[in-house]
Amino acid sequence: MAECHPVGFQWVVEAKERGARVFHVDPRFTRTSALADRHLPIRAGSDIVLLGALINHVLEGGLDFREYVLAYTNAATLVSEDFRDTEDLDGLFSGFDPETRSYDPRSWAYEGTGDQPTGEHVEGGLHHTLAAGPDRYGAGGAAAHPRPRTDPTLTHPRCVYQILKRHFARYTPELVERLCGISRADFADLAEAITANSGRERTTAWVYSVGWTQHTVGAQYIRTASILQLLLGNMGRPGGGILALRGHASIQGSTDIPTLFNILPGYLAMPNAHRHRDLGQYLELEGGDTGFWGHRSSYLVSLLKAWWGDAATEANDYCFGYLPRLTGDHSHYTTVMGQIDGTVKGYFVIGENPAVGSSGGRAQRLGLANLDWLVVRDMTLVETATFWQDGPELATGEQRTEDIGTEVFFLPAASHVEKEGTFTNTQRLLQWREKALDPPGDCRSDLWFYYHLGKLIRQRLTGDETDRPLRDLTWDYPEHGEHREPSAAAVLREINGVGPDGRALSSSTQLRPDGSTRCGCWIYCGVYADEVNHAARRRPGREQTHVAPEWGWAWPANRRILYNRASADPEGRPWSERKAYVWWDAELGEWTGLDVPDFERTKPPDYRPPDAARAEAALSGTDPFIMQSDGKGWLYVPAGLADGPLPAHYEPHESPIRNPLYGRQANPARRTYDRPESPYNPPESPRFPYVLTTYRLTEHHTAGAMSRPLAYLAELQPELFCEVSPRLAAELGLANGGWATIVTTRAVLEARVLVTARVRPLRVQGRVIHQVGLPYHWGWGGGGLVTGDVTNDLLPLVLDPNVYIQEGKAMTCDVRPGRRPRGRAALDLLEMYRRDSSAS
Amino acid sequence: MSRGGWLARWPVIRQLKGQDGRSDAARSARTDALRPRTEAADKVARSICPYCAVGCGQLVYVKDGRVTQIEGDPDSPISRGRLCPKGSASKQLVTHPGRQTQVLYRRPYGTAWERLDLDTAMDMIAERVVRTRRETWQQTHDGMVVRRTLGIAGLGGATLDDEENYLMKKLYTALGAIQVENQARI
Repeated sequence: MAECHPVGFQWVVEAKERGARVFHVDPRFTRTSALADRHLPIRAGSDIVLLGALINHVLEGGLDFREYVLAYTNAATLVSEDFRDTEDLDGLFSGFDPETRSYDPRSWAYEGTGDQPTGEHVEGGLHHTLAAGPDRYGAGGAAAHPRPRTDPTLTHPRCVYQILKRHFARYTPELVERLCGISRADFADLAEAITANSGRERTTAWVYSVGWTQHTVGAQYIRTASILQLLLGNMGRPGGGILALRGHASIQGSTDIPTLFNILPGYLAMPNAHRHRDLGQYLELEGGDTGFWGHRSSYLVSLLKAWWGDAATEANDYCFGYLPRLTGDHSHYTTVMGQIDGTVKGYFVIGENPAVGSSGGRAQRLGLANLDWLVVRDMTLVETATFWQDGPELATGEQRTEDIGTEVFFLPAASHVEKEGTFTNTQRLLQWREKALDPPGDCRSDLWFYYHLGKLIRQRLTGDETDRPLRDLTWDYPEHGEHREPSAAAVLREINGVGPDGRALSSSTQLRPDGSTRCGCWIYCGVYADEVNHAARRRPGREQTHVAPEWGWAWPANRRILYNRASADPEGRPWSERKAYVWWDAELGEWTGLDVPDFERTKPPDYRPPDAARAEAALSGTDPFIMQSDGKGWLYVPAGLADGPLPAHYEPHESPIRNPLYGRQANPARRTYDRPESPYNPPESPRFPYVLTTYRLTEHHTAGAMSRPLAYLAELQPELFCEVSPRLAAELGLANGGWATIVTTRAVLEARVLVTARVRPLRVQGRVIHQVGLPYHWGWGGGGLVTGDVTNDLLPLVLDPNVYIQEGKAMTCDVRPGRRPRGRAALDLLEMYRRDSSAS
Repeated sequence: MSRGGWLARWPVIRQLKGQDGRSDAARSARTDALRPRTEAADKVARSICPYCAVGCGQLVYVKDGRVTQIEGDPDSPISRGRLCPKGSASKQLVTHPGRQTQVLYRRPYGTAWERLDLDTAMDMIAERVVRTRRETWQQTHDGMVVRRTLGIAGLGGATLDDEENYLMKKLYTALGAIQVENQARI
C-alpha cells in the first residue's frame, strides 16, 4: 500500500500512531513492511491457507462476535442434505461435472428451497442448472430464499456454522507453516491481534489489491476474508471492512458504469440468449424479489428509457430487444483468441496498452496483427499502436512488418486537465475535475471521440431493422467551443436520471418500472440531485467531520460506509460509544448518525416483514445487508459462485509443490486456453523450480505509458530488474547489478539483478522455495525514456472462473545468469524449455 | 535581511562572517525577488490525480495557455495536499515533449506512419465500424436471437471518466458490440 497507494497509506500510519497494529502479508519486504509492526512473508498463492487458519482459530476458540454473527449473518441457516464438502470428496464440492469442468450448484442450496415452486427464481431451483460465472449474473448475484430454516443454537450439523467448522478444521497453524512459510509464532501473533481487535469496542480492517485478485482462486480469496470479517463483526462498521485498493483513477467508475462485457450500468446483468428471451423473463430470473434487487425492474426500465427515450414503450418491452445477447464468455482473453482466429475484425484500445499490460503479451500481439483495423487512443505512441513496426515478434523473425495487414489509426488523447468529468475513486467517491485548458493539436477527450463517432455512424444508417437501436438511440448532448466538445455535465445528468417532469432525480428510490423515469445508472442517482453537480462539492476537509460528506459524492446516496446498519446492534444502539456511527433514534423514529444510513430511514429495528412482502419491505429491521435477498451476510454462499460455496486451498495453476490438502491440485473450475498460443508450465516441474510474482513500483504506473515518458520518473526507476535473495543469487551465480534471464513456456526475457534480503527463501513442505519478483512497467517503446523487456509476456493465460481474471501473481519460472539470447536463438531456448518440461 | 551595501548583503560575506548558511544568510536579493509560479497563474483548476484510485486532490495552475504547475490540494480530506512521486510529476505527464498531438495512420502492410487529418480519420473509422458491423452481424446464434456483432471489440475505460465510459457502453451496446472490456478485469 505504501508503494502503490502512498497517499492513502498516510491514514494507516496515522492509525498506527493512535495505537493500531499493522501487519503486512506480502512475499516481499516493501516500504509498507518497513512501517508495519510485523511483516509476514508468504508464498505467493497460499493466502487461503492463512485466512482459513485464522477462521479456524476463531471457530475453534469460540472467538466470533456471537451477537453480530447470529443477527447479521447466515451462520444459523440449514443447508441441503445433498451438499457434500471438499472434505467428503477430496477437494471437490458436490455437483462437479468433469466434462465441462463446472459445477451444478443445486446441492449447495439452503434446506427446503431446492425445487419448490416458490423457489423457481432461486438459484438451485430446477430452472437453473448452469454454474455461475461472470456471464451469468449482475452483481446482484444469485438469490436465496428470504426466510430459510435456521438453528439459532448453531449446533445443528447442517447449519452453516457447523459446516464452516468442519470445513476449516484442517487449516491449522502447522499447515500455515508448511504451505505459506509463515512461522507459528508469527501466525499466533496475527491471530491474537485480529481477535483482540474485534467486538463491540474494536474492529480490524483488511486491505488488498491485485495480490489477492489475480489468482485462479481470486474471488475465493476475497470470500475467505469476508467469512473472517463477518465472524468477527467487522463489516458495515467504521474501522472494519475489506478494502480493495484499486489501481486506476476511475477503475471503480468503469466497473459501476461498465466498459465490461457482462454487465450494464449499475451491475445489472447483460442479457444472455440462453436465459433471457424477453424483459419479463430477464426480470424474473435476474435476482430475488426481496431486498433492494427486488426493484431491478425500475433500474432496468429507467436505463432503457435513458438510452432509447420515447422509442422505449411498455408495448415494446422498453426496447429490451435492442440489447445484444451474450452466449458465454466474451471477456478480454477470449476476445484475443477471437482476434487470432479471425472473428474479431476491428478493435478499439482506449487508454490501455495490452501489448505490454496484459498477460501473455505474445498472444495479444498475434491478435493485433490479425485485425482488419485497430484504433488506439492514448497520449503517447504506446506499444499497442506500434507492434507492427517494432514488436518483439519482428525481432525473433516470427513476423514481418510487410506481412501484417492491420490498418492502424492512432488518435492522440486529451489529458486529465484538458477535459472535465468525474473519476470514481477506490472508495466509491465521485470527484469532478474542472478543465484547466484546451487540449493541444488533434488531442481530444474520449467523450468527444465517442460522441462524434456515434454521430458519424448514425449518419450512415439505413432503414434496416438491425440499425434501429442506433437510430432510436438518445444521442444529443450540448456542444461547446470550437472543437464542439459535448457537455460532460449533461452526460452526468443523464446518468443521474430525470423524473416525469424532466427534473433531475434525487434518489434511486424515485425510479419507477412504468417508463416514467429515466436513469443511466441507478446507483449514481442523486449525484445531480436538485440540478446540482454534487461530485463537484469541495468543502475543505478541515471544515467537516472526519466522514467529510460534503466533499464529492459517494454512491449510493452519498453513503461513505456500506451496510452501516451493522454499526449498530440489533436494537439499533451503537455497539459501543467508541464505535458509534449510525443508530436508531427512537424519539424521532429514524436512523441517524455521522453518515447517511444505509437503510430505510424510518424502518424501526423491531420491524418484522409480513409474509407476502417484497423488495426491501421483506427484510426485517435487523437485516443490514439490504442488497441480499435475505438481508444477511453470507458466510456460506448457497449459489452464485462458480467454484464452490466455500473457499478451499488449491495450488496455483503453476506451482512447484503438490497440494497436500486435497487430491485436487488446482482449482477444478479454473479456465484454461488449451491452444498453442497459451502454453503452461507443468505443475511441480523441475524445469521451472521458482515461484514468480509480479508487482508495481511507486515511481511507475501499470504498463508505463503514463510514467516511462516522464523524465523525473524514468530517472528514479530506469530499468527492469528482478529481485532475488542472496541465497538464490549464490546458487545461480547471479551478481547484483548484472543480468539475469527469466524463462517460462511463454517467453524469455532479461532483467538487471537486484540481490536483496527483501525476498526471503521460504521453507515450504520441508524444502526451500525461492521466490522471484519482477515489476512489469517496461516495454520496448511507448514514448518511454527508458525501455525494457515485457514482464507480462511471461504470464500464463489461466483464469478465475468467477470473474475471468488471469493468474498474474503466482506462477513458476526458471532463472539463468546473463543476458537473454537474441533473434531466433530466443525461440530455440523457449522450445528447449517446452520440450524438457513436457518430457519431465 | 541585514543592512548595508551590496557587498555586506552578499550571502558569501555574511556566511564568512559566521552567519548560518542554512538560514537567512543563504538569502540574496535575487532569492527574495523570486515568486512561486503558482502566484502568477491566470487560472487554477481543481482536479484529481490521474494515476491510482486513491483520488488525491490536485490544483492545476495555468498561465498564458500553458500548465505551469500541478500541486496537491490541501482542502482534500483524502490527501490533505499530498501527492506521491507520480502525482507530483503529473505536470510532466501533460507537458512532456513525447506527447503525441497529431493523428497518425498506418495503412495495411505499410512500413511507416502517415499523417492524417482528424476529420478524415473520424470518417474512415465510422465507415469501418458500419461496414464491419454489417459484415459480421449475428441476428441469431444456435437458433436464439442475439442481435450482435463479434467483429468489433473494445478495451479501455479504467483511466477514463465516468461520462466517457457511459457513452462508450451506450454506443457499443447500440452497435451490438459485446466484447467490451477494461483494466478492471485485468
